[in-house]
Amino acid sequence: MLTTHTAAELAAKLHSKEVSAREVTQAFLDRIEAHDGEYGAFLTVDADRALAQADAAQELLDAGTATSMTGIPVAVKDNISTNGMRTTCASKILENYVPPFDATVVEQMNAVGAVTIGKTNLDEFAMGTTNENSAFKPVRNPWDTDRVPGGSSGGSAVAVSAELAAVSLGSDTGGSIRFPASLCGLVGFKPTYGRVSRYGLIAFGSSLDQIGPFGRSVEDVAMTSEMISGYDAMDSTSLVDAKISTKGLKDGSLKGLKVGLPTQLFTDTIDSGVREVLELAIDNLKREGVEFKEVDLPSINYGVTTYYLIAPAEASSNLARFDGVRFGPRLESDGHIESFMKTRGELFGPEVKLRIMVGTYALSAGYYDAYYHRAQQVRGLMASEFEKAYQEFDVLVSPASPSVAFPLGGIKDQMALKLLDFCTIPANMGGFPSISIPCGLSEDLPVGMLLTGPVMSDERLLQISYAFEQAFGRDYRRPPIL
Amino acid sequence: MSISLDEVRHVAKLARLELSEAEMMTFQGQLNALLGHFEDIQGLNVEGLPAKPHAVALKNVLADDIARVGLTREAALKNSAETKAGLFIVPTIIEE
Repeated sequence: MLTTHTAAELAAKLHSKEVSAREVTQAFLDRIEAHDGEYGAFLTVDADRALAQADAAQELLDAGTATSMTGIPVAVKDNISTNGMRTTCASKILENYVPPFDATVVEQMNAVGAVTIGKTNLDEFAMGTTNENSAFKPVRNPWDTDRVPGGSSGGSAVAVSAELAAVSLGSDTGGSIRFPASLCGLVGFKPTYGRVSRYGLIAFGSSLDQIGPFGRSVEDVAMTSEMISGYDAMDSTSLVDAKISTKGLKDGSLKGLKVGLPTQLFTDTIDSGVREVLELAIDNLKREGVEFKEVDLPSINYGVTTYYLIAPAEASSNLARFDGVRFGPRLESDGHIESFMKTRGELFGPEVKLRIMVGTYALSAGYYDAYYHRAQQVRGLMASEFEKAYQEFDVLVSPASPSVAFPLGGIKDQMALKLLDFCTIPANMGGFPSISIPCGLSEDLPVGMLLTGPVMSDERLLQISYAFEQAFGRDYRRPPIL
Repeated sequence: MSISLDEVRHVAKLARLELSEAEMMTFQGQLNALLGHFEDIQGLNVEGLPAKPHAVALKNVLADDIARVGLTREAALKNSAETKAGLFIVPTIIEE
């Protein structure tokens, strides 16, 4: 079946003319039609549009101007703007919003003939860790459909894990790519902040948000990263040498590699099953010549707190634009302020409202210095601790999630849900590139290993991840249900 | 540090969110739980540490002053709840 192949394998088949772009896209559309009812990964699928893009891709393939991503079906998180195609953020306030422009990453996809196979479900406005905060439907994990896929990019993760798309795009503000990648047995990558344009990504926490790919292999993730990265004048935080190259991806060696293990991420906050899988994987790599050493990074313990001040503060400002004037429905009330309040009060979901409240409080008079400013100081402390560690280590390694996938509705406590991003948050604070790769199973469910490197080390990080992946083997990666 | 129901009401107004009494109570509990965690960083000595507002700081990002095609008026207005004569219609602000 075509849909079982990685993007790299599909690219080879497309380039050798063994299959057509239309056949590839049709195969994924058929699987979505037959199976997405079980998973809830997609919010919008436009088959005609996808097939038209596939035909355009075929022209590039026939003309010999194709890249490795030409004709590859890509699922796109529904907070990334697609011209003429509904973009909802899984929120009632944008339920019927049709962007009049493409996000830069979508333009880049179109330029090389990658196919937008559909728009994927998420926690409303990317706020959540389980994908249960979608205003429309939860997403289910193909490894066990009674369990969560992780969030907030749960739909993008499941699209790839359930083989409904070859690769996908998500966004990561505190772990929203790497956490679901870990729970679904995928590779999920958050590039260095500024290497992928945020233009057209509906903003949540602007200083933390970064678009990145999910794939079934490091190679697929590297190929997709190459496509979507690059300097963009439309994003004032875009870096000049932003393009991520796949050159040398397979040339890395494990021998003599220096890896730091942050002690704060191997405590009993992490489930023992997850720790055991990590330890086995680490032993495996030690035999291949990788050198591991513990490193103390005490500020990690303040990561979640700092995150829940900075991200909601930025969100409360970013989401002020949703007032029923320029986008979405408007609910009438007595006065104009009352109309804004009614529209927002009724159409935002509970988690979004909570975060807007937290952010508004943290930024309000009298609390700004005690909360928001102090959080930014702690953010600086975290980044400098990591930067110091990078003088000694090539990468830092930890679990990507404190547990494997858990049942839907299994965690009710708000704070417990927020603590799940404990391992992934530091990379967003420092803008560091960070990737989760599958490294084994615990209770028959995937465990992700998180690798984080210094700013702009994306190519090196992908190269190391590729070498780790070779050492781990890929045979355990398909959900048994498939 | 804890937040009263009146403060929740005030913050909701600042945030332009109409909340039911039940929601106010829920958010009061959740805000207080979060505020409890915020105490974690209150004890840290951050004296003199610079604030880090950006992931990767850039200086003086300027765009070349080149005219380019923007959205058409029709496209910009397309998603609005109410438009008239090529303009967004906002809720009435000044009474007649």
